[in-house]
Amino acid sequence: MIPGQFVYHRPASIAEAVAVLAAHGDEARPLSGGHSLIPMMKLRMATPEHLVDLAGISELKGISQQGQTIVIGAMTTQADLIKSDLLASALPIIRETSLQIADPQIRTKGTIGGNVANGDPGNDMPGLMQCLGATYHLSGASGERTVAARDFYQGAYFTSLDVGEILTSISIPVPPAGHGYAYEKLKRKIGDYATAATAVILTMADGKVATCSIALTNVSSTPLFAEEAAQLCLGTSLDAATLKAAGEAAKSISDPAADGRGTAEYRREMAGVVTARALAKAASRAMKGA
Amino acid sequence: MSDVQTYPVTVTVNGKKIQRFVESRTLLIHFLREELNLTGSHIGCETSHCGACTVEIDGTSVKSCTMFAVQANGAVVNTVEGLANSDGTLHALQEGFRQMHGLQCGFCTPGMLMRAKVLLSENPDPTEEEIRHGIAGNLCRCTGYQNIVKAIQYAAAKLNGRTYQEAAE
Ligand SMILES: Cc1cc2nc3c(=O)[nH]c(=O)nc-3n(C[C@H](O)[C@H](O)[C@H](O)COP(=O)(O)OP(=O)(O)OC[C@H]3O[C@@H](n4cnc5c(N)ncnc54)[C@H](O)[C@@H]3O)c2cc1C
Ligand code: FES
Ligand code: FES
Repeated sequence: MIPGQFVYHRPASIAEAVAVLAAHGDEARPLSGGHSLIPMMKLRMATPEHLVDLAGISELKGISQQGQTIVIGAMTTQADLIKSDLLASALPIIRETSLQIADPQIRTKGTIGGNVANGDPGNDMPGLMQCLGATYHLSGASGERTVAARDFYQGAYFTSLDVGEILTSISIPVPPAGHGYAYEKLKRKIGDYATAATAVILTMADGKVATCSIALTNVSSTPLFAEEAAQLCLGTSLDAATLKAAGEAAKSISDPAADGRGTAEYRREMAGVVTARALAKAASRAMKGA
Repeated sequence: MSDVQTYPVTVTVNGKKIQRFVESRTLLIHFLREELNLTGSHIGCETSHCGACTVEIDGTSVKSCTMFAVQANGAVVNTVEGLANSDGTLHALQEGFRQMHGLQCGFCTPGMLMRAKVLLSENPDPTEEEIRHGIAGNLCRCTGYQNIVKAIQYAAAKLNGRTYQEAAE
């Protein structure tokens, strides 16, 4: 399994990368960690004539805090996310999610930018970014723009990225200290994509849910921001009836495909189960934090 | 095709600086095995799952079937061929795999060894659970992993100046 021929480019700046991409239109693609793209190229499901390797662009790397916002460069690897002390204290759900992606070797190469730009519904970061209310920063020949993660995904492998655009960084509002969080992923084995997964961020006040955000992974052709399920939780103590209702709300927007992970019915059912589990775990963490 | 474009690649492999011209699509595993005749790293699945092709690149573990050789330009690459100590004695991990029966057919072993080397450099005294999570990207179809875990524990003990004591079952 050897990919087809392509011309390899290794620009040293974003401007240079954008120029190379613009020169070759839809025959060119960015290469980040390569752990989604190279397998696709081996199968000839992707046959780019030009690959623009972003690894030499230092401005695409790193994690920083600017006021109440955390900014993560697109080329930050999943292993870097796991190692970051800043993320461990401000946004621990990113570490929790990263540790459930693939395996140690793949996390060494796989980047957050590639994971969110790829558009594969199986990727775990897009749902998490929707839950966190993240914003993607894009750069192309016609300039820079931002798109909310909640508006970015349009279908399987179909996103708001224009041909020739690269995603340069992601900015994430820092949730309040003491917030509860959980990324609950049901998978058959390590290295598997989710049968169903749910990200939750919430805050509690006087034993009741004050704010709540929920998003689902791999139960539709895009990640799903589960607004109604989150609404149902507000003002409750997340008693059994509320957890059940939120799970039902998550199921009602899910539309998974039948695959090796199970039938569509089973996977939809699991979307409800992991949502209830994620809510319960996030609530217990918020109580402990308070 | 007669005029396929090639790219200069300079890498330090097992301490030796190497310069070659490669096609862009040459995967690192093929470069190591076919260009450099370093056939220790194995090709199991070619689909990024089995870990038999794992090598060390700049101190990290990478599946070399899922990386182009051009991407390794400038990198320091270590393979199982460079693992033994410079005086020819076995590395603590190799000794551990031998003493604790950490291999049967041996197909997964080069990848396991190179993955375990980086694991121990990042976490010199891992718990059993940390070892199991650390080698989660390496499949073994023979051993059932038990003896591989023990082999890595043996090496960790030796590298920390202790004698390995097998836990009572
Ligand atoms: C065995 C295996 C198991 C896996 N399991 C999981 C899992 O459980 N969960 C999960 O989320 N992922 C999983 N992955 C995928 C892995 O996390 C990938 O690394 C990730 O999806 C893509 O990141 P990358 O940096 O490797 O991107 P690449 O493969 O380099 O790129 C992916 C796509 O995005 C485009 N792209 C890359 N970077 C940018 C950018 N900055 N701007 C615009 N476009 C860009 C590329 O052109 C390409 O189309 C798995 C992969 C393997 C091989
Ligand atoms: S051959 Fe590379 S992971 Fe199996
Ligand atoms: S010893 Fe045979 S595959 Fe591991």
